[in-house]
Amino acid sequence: MTAAPTSVAFDGPARRSAPVTRPSWRSLLPWAAGPVWIIAACVTWRWPDADDFPDTTLLAGLFLAGGLVLLLAAALHRLSARAPWAIALGVGLAAWEIAQAKLLWLPRPFFGTPQDLLDVFVTDWRKLGDSLLHSLALLVVGYTIGSLVGIAVGVGLGRSVRFRYWVQPVIRLIGPLPPVALLPLAFVLIPSSRVASEALMSLAAGFPVAILTWSGIAAVDPAYYDVARTMGARGRFLVLRVALPAATPQIFVGLFMGLGASFAMLVVAEMLGVKSGLGFYMQWAQGWAAYPNMYAALLVMSVMCTGLMTLLFRVRDHVLKWQKDGLKW
Amino acid sequence: MVSKTTTVPLGLRVEGLNHGYMIGGTYTSVLENIDLTVAPGEFVALLGPSGCGKSTLLRLVAGLEPPRSGRMFADETPITGPGPDRIVMFQDPTLYPWRTVRRNVALGHDIAGRPNDAVISDAIALVGLSGFENAWPHQLSGGMAQRVALARALVNDPRLLILDEPLGKLDSLTRLTMQTELSRLWRDRGFTALMVTHDVEEALLLASRVIVFSPRPARVIADLPITLPPHRHRDDPRLLGLRKDILMQLGHSEDW
Ligand SMILES: Nc1ncnc2c1ncn2[C@@H]1O[C@H](COP(=O)(O)OP(=O)(O)OP(=O)(O)O)[C@@H](O)[C@H]1O
Ligand SMILES: [Mg+2]
Repeated sequence: MTAAPTSVAFDGPARRSAPVTRPSWRSLLPWAAGPVWIIAACVTWRWPDADDFPDTTLLAGLFLAGGLVLLLAAALHRLSARAPWAIALGVGLAAWEIAQAKLLWLPRPFFGTPQDLLDVFVTDWRKLGDSLLHSLALLVVGYTIGSLVGIAVGVGLGRSVRFRYWVQPVIRLIGPLPPVALLPLAFVLIPSSRVASEALMSLAAGFPVAILTWSGIAAVDPAYYDVARTMGARGRFLVLRVALPAATPQIFVGLFMGLGASFAMLVVAEMLGVKSGLGFYMQWAQGWAAYPNMYAALLVMSVMCTGLMTLLFRVRDHVLKWQKDGLKW
Repeated sequence: MVSKTTTVPLGLRVEGLNHGYMIGGTYTSVLENIDLTVAPGEFVALLGPSGCGKSTLLRLVAGLEPPRSGRMFADETPITGPGPDRIVMFQDPTLYPWRTVRRNVALGHDIAGRPNDAVISDAIALVGLSGFENAWPHQLSGGMAQRVALARALVNDPRLLILDEPLGKLDSLTRLTMQTELSRLWRDRGFTALMVTHDVEEALLLASRVIVFSPRPARVIADLPITLPPHRHRDDPRLLGLRKDILMQLGHSEDW
């Protein structure tokens, strides 16, 4: 008869102790990341390479440095959420090193070793960095002009009947066309391949920005205008201080789409016409069958793209801080 | 509280006003032959069944839409568009979600290019929202948003204040406080007020004149001057008598 209450009494503490054991094994996880990297360093250093690869010692040193940094991070309690990723990355790099540098499982030269990739950065960093700067310069100019023009065109489409009458058919004709299709023509018509690429990148970014700005402004609650108008607001205030802020969430959707479109345009333009930048570097590397260089350029390019995306997300989070919630990048 | 500025109240005259909308392909008449004169400094309450056209009349008087026919004058000047001497507080608060409470209240000052922080703070305090200056509109309750909208209208120092159910979303206690504040503001500042309300008692407590509209299309069916003293009590037998009359005009007879 008394068994039931007793078991309840025992259940309580037992359940409460469960969350205590779980953190204790979770809290060990950050401490595992550093050793994994250090083991990767030892394997890289001690296990003889299958061929004469460059920079093996440097790679081992980098793994070791990574391991020490991770241990420090664990000690400072800065690693908890990222620990599984740090471990997976260490295991992955070690596996790659063993599979390719030590055992040479996959055919060279299409599949390189971590050393090969590292060697590109060691020997060719100047050219890679230069290419990155050229790509960035091209992209920033094209994208910025495209976005600004896109917003202006979108506002015009949303607010002015006459502007819409003349511009909308043009947009319908050339907007959906992939800007890449215009590349041969642009290189013929515009003497500078750089200016031609920038123009096409502006077009690539401008189209989605214009359409989404337009749709954002068309969707503004007319009551917002009434509120300002009863206090004496005129056209300028209504556009800049009412319509544009109200349309900002939509405009940012367009800015994200435009950024993706201008990445694509950038790479194609650099591969086909512009004689600099990461796309050109990649093209060049392929011509010389320098596959590690291609991987390195790809890595730099993806870091550049994700960096710019992150920057745009930061800007959006700041500008739209009045919104209840937003997607986190 | 809000500094005692003496406002020159606006007189309003409406003659033979007609308006309507195309709804589903057919023309629906909303206002029919409205004649109305509001003397400077009056507080006129408009009562009428839902959907009869009260908000429409306020929009026309504010100059937000041109009427189909008829003439409207503000102090003998024809009304052709909105003007900052006629400020509307809309039925929905419609705060700008991208502005904080404080920036929303400052909207009129931004438009006029005349910032005045003290006036903004006073107006926010007046509607009991001190401490919420930096809140975003989505963080407010419906009643708080409505009070922000009231503050946003008041800071413009209107000569004619047009109120569309200004206290409709408030709980009964806040509503009592705000009624007192509105009445005091009107007496202190001396603007003309035109207020739509569904609450007969509110109309009788605040207004110097009550106008009753028929169901759509709206026509004036009663125009009653309220000659009660300024500090009114809701249990005043004269007020209760008037209340019964007005409810009868609105179509409720015995059950009230
Ligand atoms: N923009 C519009 N387009 C079409 N019809 C409208 C529009 N605005 C108002 N109406 C119509 O006009 C009539 C009167 O509307 P109004 O908003 O003036 O009523 P109201 O008296 O303020 O009602 P309530 O007390 O419910 O607010 C309604 O039948 C409505 O359908
Ligand atoms: Mg209404």
